[in-house]
Amino acid sequence: MAIGKLLTRHETGGLGRPRSIWTTLHLDPVLLLLLLLLTVGGLFVLYSGADRNLDVVKAQAIRLGVAFVVMCVFAQLDPAVFRRWAPWLYLVGLAGLVAVLLVGVGAKGAQRWLALPGLPRFQPSELMKLVVPMMAAWYLSRYYLPPSFSRIAVGLVIALLPMLLIIQQPDLGTSLLVGMAGIFVVFFAGISWKLIAAFFGMVAVSAPLMWFYVMRDYQKQRVLTLLDPQSDPLGAGWNIIQSKTAIGSGGMDGKGWLQGTQSHLEFLPESHTDFIVAVLAEEFGFVGMLLLMAVYFLIILRCLYIAVTAQDSFSRLLAGALTMTFFIYVFVNVGMVSGLLPVVGVPLPLISYGGTSGVTLMAAFGVLMSIHTHRRMISA
Amino acid sequence: MAWGEFKDTVAERRLFQRRALVMLVLVVLALGGLLVRMYQLQIVEHDIYATLSDKNRVQVQSVPPPRGLVYDRNNLLLAENRPVFSLTLVPERVGGMEETLARLTRILNVSEEDLERFQRRLREPRRPFQEIPLSYDLGEEDIARMAVHRHQFPGVEVKAELVRYYPHSELTAHALGYVGRINRDELQRIDPVNYAGTNYIGKSGVERFYENVLHGRVGYQHVETNARGRILRVLERENPVPGEDLELHLDLRLQRKAHELLEDRRGAIIAIEPSTGGILALASVPGFDANQFVTGISVKDYRELSESIDKPLFNRALRGQYPPGSTIKPMLAVAALDSGVTTRERTVWDPGYFQLTDGGRRYRDWKRSGHGWVNLMDSVAESCDVYFYQVGVEMGVDVMYDYLSRFGFGEDATLDVAGALSGLLPSRDWKRAVRDEPWYPGDSVNMSIGQGFFLSTPLQLATATALIANRGKWVEPRLLKDIRGDRPVEEFLPESTHVPLTLKNPDDWEYVIDTMEEVMHGVKGTARAAARGTSYRMAGKTGTAQVFSLGQDEEYDAEEVRERLRDHALFVGFAPAEDPKIAVAIIVENGGGGSSVAAPLARALFDAWLEDFPAAEAGPVIGQAGAGGAL
Repeated sequence: MAIGKLLTRHETGGLGRPRSIWTTLHLDPVLLLLLLLLTVGGLFVLYSGADRNLDVVKAQAIRLGVAFVVMCVFAQLDPAVFRRWAPWLYLVGLAGLVAVLLVGVGAKGAQRWLALPGLPRFQPSELMKLVVPMMAAWYLSRYYLPPSFSRIAVGLVIALLPMLLIIQQPDLGTSLLVGMAGIFVVFFAGISWKLIAAFFGMVAVSAPLMWFYVMRDYQKQRVLTLLDPQSDPLGAGWNIIQSKTAIGSGGMDGKGWLQGTQSHLEFLPESHTDFIVAVLAEEFGFVGMLLLMAVYFLIILRCLYIAVTAQDSFSRLLAGALTMTFFIYVFVNVGMVSGLLPVVGVPLPLISYGGTSGVTLMAAFGVLMSIHTHRRMISA
Repeated sequence: MAWGEFKDTVAERRLFQRRALVMLVLVVLALGGLLVRMYQLQIVEHDIYATLSDKNRVQVQSVPPPRGLVYDRNNLLLAENRPVFSLTLVPERVGGMEETLARLTRILNVSEEDLERFQRRLREPRRPFQEIPLSYDLGEEDIARMAVHRHQFPGVEVKAELVRYYPHSELTAHALGYVGRINRDELQRIDPVNYAGTNYIGKSGVERFYENVLHGRVGYQHVETNARGRILRVLERENPVPGEDLELHLDLRLQRKAHELLEDRRGAIIAIEPSTGGILALASVPGFDANQFVTGISVKDYRELSESIDKPLFNRALRGQYPPGSTIKPMLAVAALDSGVTTRERTVWDPGYFQLTDGGRRYRDWKRSGHGWVNLMDSVAESCDVYFYQVGVEMGVDVMYDYLSRFGFGEDATLDVAGALSGLLPSRDWKRAVRDEPWYPGDSVNMSIGQGFFLSTPLQLATATALIANRGKWVEPRLLKDIRGDRPVEEFLPESTHVPLTLKNPDDWEYVIDTMEEVMHGVKGTARAAARGTSYRMAGKTGTAQVFSLGQDEEYDAEEVRERLRDHALFVGFAPAEDPKIAVAIIVENGGGGSSVAAPLARALFDAWLEDFPAAEAGPVIGQAGAGGAL
């Protein structure tokens, strides 16, 4: 076994490319560089979005530092570890979600945190963003792919169970991300296009039912507001009107860093959290948005490359799902801030102020780096 | 490891690659879609949102012009502007009004009265986003407390505002008038643009008459505000044009003197400089503190003022309409001579009464025993009534009306004295129209000694007296002496409309003035006691007017009734007689006799104006000249 391990390492290094220091560190330099670019740039935008409050920037920098450490730690673990632990973590996560509903704490009418004695406060739903795709990938990759109908059903249940629990908190944004992570695994595993078409057909049918029986009033309000923000310009429509005004007034090259009037004069709400992209759009204009989208795209491209080049199905499915989750973050956040999607609480990944999601995201990148740097000799 | 089934790893890899490619396409499309959205907002619709953003942050505010100052003729400030810190609320920006008020009253001294007034103003029509003051003249402690708590009170501001202040409040209240908050009626009248930032408007007196001149022109500033309406910086500013500073003919020293002379009495003094028509003093006593009215007087204080039987709010000098009594005799003497009804030499027998027909009603002379044979000179000097009964009846109402109206009776002859009343100069037509009765000869008898229907304000008496002093040359009374700007004062004063009163024999002016000098300096002159020992010649006429304005049902105690039923004491006159520098009209309500009560007041004023003030001025002037020479 020891020789085997040694061989593996040796062979990994010997696949035509010299073993680099990055492989030893289990980090991916391309991804690391892009993430650093994004986070450091994000701190500048945050400084402006938080109205030059250096304390906010410092707190965010510390969190991101912690998140990078978490990423490095995850990168050191072999993907097999994730696979082995996936079912247990999933059960713990589910128990946590149930516990949150029973004894959780929180604010603003939502119960999201679990404060167990002796442990730091944490959000089981954040954990599930990683664990759900792991669990789904673990389950589906045990069998041949593409999976049979019944295994697809099980895979979807793995995704939907925590999603339903998170909706109860209620936390629409996170439940969406968690659910999507599981669904992407099912998609990558090879669910047939017929089933996908059938799924969308079902969504179309069930949407009215969701509207009347599942969605809460404030969620409905967000959808209505999206369709016609002017219907309530000082209430729920305010955020969308003001964020669109911020983005639109930025023009081609923006008003300049720290010169955004919408954010600095407090017209733009949540300017350092969920709506921070409007600050960037206002101050750096279309050029700035182009750059931001380019960085996000390169990150996604690199992650998809890691997924495609991964060695086994579990790694591929997990890497692919985590990548697409990251994409969902970007798409939903920018979509809602620019008035294309209803307002759901999804932050702009790695730029919005806030701790937990950043750590989870970086942990996911750690997993991706782990997948990329722990390579075995390919037997065939 | 429990891989339970056969796995075709190559096929699975290919499957994944295909799916990843689909996802890549999805990602490209989605991110591209976001960029298209950004392009739409930032490039295509940029103008719309740029405008929205500017509308958000930039607001146009009006900057009220500082109101012009008012000086007396010696450059002493009569009306100035003082910064006052007031607490204002913009109802549109205040979240919950009741709750905000409740919290404010917990941390600040807000009186019940302030709250009441605020609630009243809240219900009145106003401009949108116009602030409503809650309390005025905040103390330093309250300002500091608001600074600490201000973030808890959106829409609540401490505003520094220039507010009118009258340093000599009681002395000048009736002469200057005052400003007050713009009320509902005025809101309809004023130019909404020019008054956009102004909260005060002239309510009476000079403040009202010269409102347009004093107000100035409004300025503007573009300010950047945050979402809560707080002003962050000024982007652009067009300064207001301050109101013009006015210099009045008023002399504060003489004004003060007039007030002192009337102290503890009720009455009025008007002093006019005959050559210019300038009003040197305009005193109505008791006065009131005009500063109370600027920021809004309390109901209790106002009731006290308005219900006082001394009527401090009543401007007796301009609006008090009294029977002129014997003070009308010099004017009627002019009329009688010029109309040819009498001559200087004609004498009339005064047995102590006058009868229109033998055995008819007896019109008494004030002197029961009669004055005996009197000519015109004696009649004015001794104030003989019977002589004037006689010539009055001979002239008839039409002649008297004609001459007296040319003296300015029955009209407001002033140029710029707001609120001056016209009095009542009765005529045949007037009696027919108002009373539906013909004019009886008896009415002429009463009119010839300034009684009956005849009413005049002290200002009108002073005007007519100044006309005699000017020997018929009309110079309308006015307050404005100069404008402290480049423009000549004539631009601001209304046109004068009166033609000179030219006599067939201009020397009659001198004769009538001689009769008035005889009043003061003659051995039998009614006011000779008051003129004893002057270094200059006075011309004057005393008067005593009967009081019949008091209703029988008014409740006063007996002492009070007796006091308030006494005659009004009147005096008109000027000095020096040959070159008049000052003409006055004085009324002391219920003062008794004109010669004993009113005439000494005139003497004191003349002494002050002709001797004391020039002497006081001469002192320092000589000193300065000496100092200047030393340099």
